[in-house]
Amino acid sequence: MVWRPTLPTDSTRLDVRKTYKLYIGGAFPRSESGRSYVVSNAKGKFLANASQASRKDARDAVVAARKAFGGWSGRTAYNRGQVLYRIAEVMEGRHEQFSSEVAASEGLSISKARAVVDASIDRWVWYAGWADKLAQVVGSSNPVAGPYFDFSLPEATGVVAVLAPQDSSLLGLTSVIAPAIVSGNTVVAVTSFERPLPAVTLGEVMATSDVPGGVVNILTGSASEIGPWLASHLDVNAIDLAGILDPEEATALEVASADNLKRVRRPAQEDWTEHPGLSRLTQYLELKTVWHPIGL
Amino acid sequence: MGRFEYAPAPESRAIVDIKSSYGLFINGAFTEATDGKPFKTVSPASEEVLAEVSEAGPADVDRAVKAARKAYEKVWGPMAGRDRAKYLYRIARLIQERSRELAVLESLDNGKPIRESRDVDLPLVAAHFFYYAGWADKLEYAGAGVDPKPLGVAAQVIPWNFPLMMLAWKIAPALAAGNTVVLKPAETTPLTALAFAEICQQADLPPGVVNIITGAGRTGQALVEHEGVDKVAFTGSTAVGRAIAKSIAGTDKKVTLELGGKAANIVFEDAPIDQTIEGIVNGIFFNQGHVCCAGSRLLVQESVYDEVLARLKRRMGSLRVGDPLDKNTDIGAINSAEQLARIRELSQVGEDEGSERWSPECELPTQGYWFPPTVFTGVSQAHRIAREEIFGPVLSVLTFRTPAEAVEKANNTPFGLSAGVWTEKGSRILWMASQLRAGVVWANTFNRFDPTSPFGGYKESGYGREGGRHGLEAYLAH
Repeated sequence: MVWRPTLPTDSTRLDVRKTYKLYIGGAFPRSESGRSYVVSNAKGKFLANASQASRKDARDAVVAARKAFGGWSGRTAYNRGQVLYRIAEVMEGRHEQFSSEVAASEGLSISKARAVVDASIDRWVWYAGWADKLAQVVGSSNPVAGPYFDFSLPEATGVVAVLAPQDSSLLGLTSVIAPAIVSGNTVVAVTSFERPLPAVTLGEVMATSDVPGGVVNILTGSASEIGPWLASHLDVNAIDLAGILDPEEATALEVASADNLKRVRRPAQEDWTEHPGLSRLTQYLELKTVWHPIGL
Repeated sequence: MGRFEYAPAPESRAIVDIKSSYGLFINGAFTEATDGKPFKTVSPASEEVLAEVSEAGPADVDRAVKAARKAYEKVWGPMAGRDRAKYLYRIARLIQERSRELAVLESLDNGKPIRESRDVDLPLVAAHFFYYAGWADKLEYAGAGVDPKPLGVAAQVIPWNFPLMMLAWKIAPALAAGNTVVLKPAETTPLTALAFAEICQQADLPPGVVNIITGAGRTGQALVEHEGVDKVAFTGSTAVGRAIAKSIAGTDKKVTLELGGKAANIVFEDAPIDQTIEGIVNGIFFNQGHVCCAGSRLLVQESVYDEVLARLKRRMGSLRVGDPLDKNTDIGAINSAEQLARIRELSQVGEDEGSERWSPECELPTQGYWFPPTVFTGVSQAHRIAREEIFGPVLSVLTFRTPAEAVEKANNTPFGLSAGVWTEKGSRILWMASQLRAGVVWANTFNRFDPTSPFGGYKESGYGREGGRHGLEAYLAH
């Protein structure tokens, strides 16, 4: 007979709560500003203190994203597809956690929240499959009128700042991150302000899904506060304004983005449950055309 | 090797008939400007006044946009793609029929050598209309969804370096997709666009489908900012492109911007030397260097630096600078006094910052705007002549040792329009092509263009593509 300690039964055990932190460069720091803010569920009950990201956190995240860009965009498309598929696999294992966080954040019934998580996982799978098909669908071989071989291939545009939707905390977030990274871009995402918890858990999924550190950086906090610093950042190549609800604010961010001619995705009425199409994916692509003479 | 002495061989001007003054082409007819002042366009080779042109003011812009809107809603939008295609084919044929006349007119107004306007610009202009004509009834196959729709009225503002070619790049895809157009040519080169307006009349293109309004920056700004415009397409400087991006912020207008460049032209030690020298010369001296994708930064591998420079200088000594209408001319006139001043200023900065300046001996005409082919050596990456677009026949030479260093230096610029690579090694070409952050990579060639081949920049060289299926997508809602 081996001695064992007596374990408390489920009814008496005190649960271990999670600290919700930022996700930058593959690590989980608190905000350098030391700030946090209260996150409540849809009924106003306390859920957690989330880190409130600052300008400095955003800049650190851009540095991490830029550092990761060469490696990530340089991987084979097949490999990027596998990594995105791995995200879906790891999310599936955390299904219950995502469901309860989405239910609490968005005020959904648990069955509706599960459907949202299903759709989010399926969206990762859908985008994963695009990695090694994009070049064939949006690239071209160009029959120029001369002895030249000429082809055009899509490439990632660089670092994409994503101001994620405010309403849809997981499906919306997935729908703005996946189309950017599948082609090799790296992302700095600012989450829904009031519903940041599923995003933090998604960061934990990234950290355990072979996504290299820095490819996806997740900042919880206010898009209105951090957005202008990302829009004016000269090492950010594109910006998605999905989470900006106020038209004047969106216009100001678009104006700031013009300083280095960022590719801008304007905010629009979007139903995240609908088929996403290719427009977001192709918005963060550059087309490169290569010529070479043909001759003996 | 000196220059051969050739007798003058000027192309005749008799083929063109330039009117003394031109109105604005709105709703199918030339009309007087209502609220702008006329201005003169001169031949940059002689400073001779060629014609007086109308400046379109806000009321004229409004008239043009309204004409385009009406044509879009009543005629061009509902028209079968098959018929739009036929109009575009007609235009392509009319351009071919009047090709020599248009080439001479282009060289007169722009200053570019007739050899280029005749053999490069005009063939590409006609080819562009032919290519997009064929798309007009095949839009559902263009990759922009199963039921692609035009955007509406396109405001198009083009530069002075390839006046008619830029017009073709803008108008052909816009019309093929079912949009109507208000186009503003550059203030120093309006004449071929106005000749194109006549071609639209000869083609019986319905009134309002193409409107050509002349003027300077203010006219362009009024056009781009007009609320009746659905699409903005601009080719020109990065500074103006930035201002346009700001001015349309918060609207639903779609935009493509084709802006400046500072292309690296990279020469490896195993490059085929004779072709490479021709490629370097073509890269920077084609069209007087007034080319957004010009190979203005030459990166030479150290081991072949001396040989490349010696051969380049010898070749530059045989370039013929002078009368644009002379068939033997290699380098024509600088387009304007303003541009000449900018080239002179930046060249002076190059000397002041410590680079060594060299030009072959060449006699420049006394009248007009001229600048000799020039090469700067001892240039560092920090020098302004290695960073800023000079837009003239001025080459900055830098060196490198390894392919990785070449990539690092080539990409060290806010621009990303084009790049060149010269090497005999296939795997290196493809590796370099994958590493260069530029929208067009020419390997063992330079400055090639084709209507089927998408063209456009990375980073601050703008966004969107012109040419090919991708150029069509820029004019479709999807």
